[in-house]
Amino acid sequence: MSATNKNPAFSLLQTALPLALLSALAVGIFHQAGIFAAPPPAAALYEPQTVIIPPRTFQYRADGEFIRGVHPVDAPMRTVSRRHALTVMKYQVTVTEYDVCVMEGGCAPAATIAATSAGLPVTGVSHDDAVAYARWLSEKTGEQWTLPSDEDLAFAAGKRFPDDASGLDPDNRNPALKWIADYEREAASRSKRDPAPRPIGSFGENEYGLADFAGNIWEWTSTCHRRVHLYANGSQKGVEIICGVNVAVGPHRSPTSAFIRDPRGGGCSVGTPPDNLGFRLVKTTGWYAPVLNLLRGRGVTL
Amino acid sequence: MTQFNLTRRSMLAGAAIAGAIGPLVTASFAHANEEVAPVTTPTDLSALQRVKVDLVKPPFVHAHTQKADGPPKIVEFTLTIQEKKMVIDDSGTEVHAMTFDGSVPGPMMVVHQNDYVELTLINPDTNELQHNIDFHSATGALGGGALTVVNPGEKAVLRFKATKAGVFVYHCAPPGMVPWHVTSGMNGAIMVLPREGLTDGHGKDLTYDRIYYVGEQDFYIPRDEAGNFKKYDSLGESYSDTLEVMRTLTPSHVVFNGAVGALTGENAMTAAVGEKVLIVHSQANRDTRPHLIGGHGDYVWATGKFRNPPDLDQETWFIPGGTAGAAFYTFEQPGIYAYVNHNLIEAFELGAAAHFKVTGDWNDDLMTAIVSPTGT
Repeated sequence: MSATNKNPAFSLLQTALPLALLSALAVGIFHQAGIFAAPPPAAALYEPQTVIIPPRTFQYRADGEFIRGVHPVDAPMRTVSRRHALTVMKYQVTVTEYDVCVMEGGCAPAATIAATSAGLPVTGVSHDDAVAYARWLSEKTGEQWTLPSDEDLAFAAGKRFPDDASGLDPDNRNPALKWIADYEREAASRSKRDPAPRPIGSFGENEYGLADFAGNIWEWTSTCHRRVHLYANGSQKGVEIICGVNVAVGPHRSPTSAFIRDPRGGGCSVGTPPDNLGFRLVKTTGWYAPVLNLLRGRGVTL
Repeated sequence: MTQFNLTRRSMLAGAAIAGAIGPLVTASFAHANEEVAPVTTPTDLSALQRVKVDLVKPPFVHAHTQKADGPPKIVEFTLTIQEKKMVIDDSGTEVHAMTFDGSVPGPMMVVHQNDYVELTLINPDTNELQHNIDFHSATGALGGGALTVVNPGEKAVLRFKATKAGVFVYHCAPPGMVPWHVTSGMNGAIMVLPREGLTDGHGKDLTYDRIYYVGEQDFYIPRDEAGNFKKYDSLGESYSDTLEVMRTLTPSHVVFNGAVGALTGENAMTAAVGEKVLIVHSQANRDTRPHLIGGHGDYVWATGKFRNPPDLDQETWFIPGGTAGAAFYTFEQPGIYAYVNHNLIEAFELGAAAHFKVTGDWNDDLMTAIVSPTGT
């Protein structure tokens, strides 16, 4: 205890000097590595319009399939405290924006050929297409763009984020009740929608200025589908992460295979498929963003 | 005068079509003339009771008794032909449909064996084309087709005796353009019930609690150079492109009740566990193979004719093009069932899928999940 107070000058020499030297060295290395490089020329041309979601604590229905014993049950509500703001595209990526990526060889063509593309969000794109676009946009802007996670979208979508609970008694032993409840909820929502994509802005903004969420475009997320097994008392027994099937969110959640561009209903999955698949991206703004960008430039994907 | 009461539009369309298919028209007319029997003295039916039935849109079927409640009757129906644009999928693809009474398929009629069907066929002057009706359940005159050719602004009344018991297709079969009319939606079904109702062929009555009529329709919509479905201002303008697609024998859409998804979601068919359901399925042009995913056909008349004993416990039943079939099933388990054409490409890529929403108690004896899907 007393020793620490005795020789402050010695302590300074022991900590501050190496720190200063290390910093200088790091700056040198970072400079050589190109981390402090200026953004690519014309980066501003590619910069999408964004909104910033301020930090808050919120609740949303967890993603995934929850199974108690052998019975499907509603996912629990999650409480999330986000301490950092999130920068997210105000609109979904448009046909015009996506086509530039296609023309430059960064993206595969979308499956949907719109008769008129004026102001329409791009649809007919897979998760993999969206990831390719994010990589391309990051290169063009010198920034770090990625797909949002399911939680990111819940954070940004606020009141517009869907709650797909059936509200059934979790103790019921009739699995058909949940199948029918899910089917009816999705069908009722579907009957109120015209599935044809509409120009960006058509579905209005939420409380944070985020536009068009849960209109008739399902947005890809980076979140892998998962199955959560619960014990009879509701405590968690195990989680299976099913990558290759990603969560897409619109008026309801639809786990969808990552290569699918044009979703359809299936015989054994009689649920309502997404009307359209599109996406928007989030921008990493933390101090480490340039590092991620650098790694990406070197072919390392995190 | 009334015979040629055509609109200018329809005359133009008619001229264009006649040019394209002149030889066919001639051949068909000649054929029609040979087949038409001279009109004989009508039987005296004045003593028979007349019943007028209001038809309802599929998949529903007008109220009827399953066992005949007396001697044969004359049952009067009216079909008004409507040519109209219909949207047939989620992408807004349009067809210039030709319809009996405005729906694809046309409404189902129900009578009993040896009843007389008296049909008034109306072709309003707002239509462009000539039409008629061929009942597969009728005998003579090309199923009535030769006696019912009506131009826009005309009507005809046909009476035939329903001598064969079964479910039968009816469709438009006008000179020279039969497949175009049929694949534009102009077909439906009639059910001629045995007077004693349905049986299993061994004396056991089969009484249904619900009946649904599923009409399957193949559409052939032309595409433009970019691969998008084309739209046309009129029926006549769509004809030659449509014929070209028809000749590929590859439909762009195969749908139930006129559009992709028409019998799903809020329009899914419903039933309850324990209910006996008769599903009548018609396809006026192509073969089909209905299958109820998660259920069966307890008693199936695949070719639809009730004097034959039904096949039991079927998984999938084959209905040849130009035929209606019937399947009788008692639902035993609740849930959502898909009812499909089990050419699954036609079901899930082209549209031939419907849903049943069935309420009731789950039967653990019939099925139980022992281990839910897990990798561990």
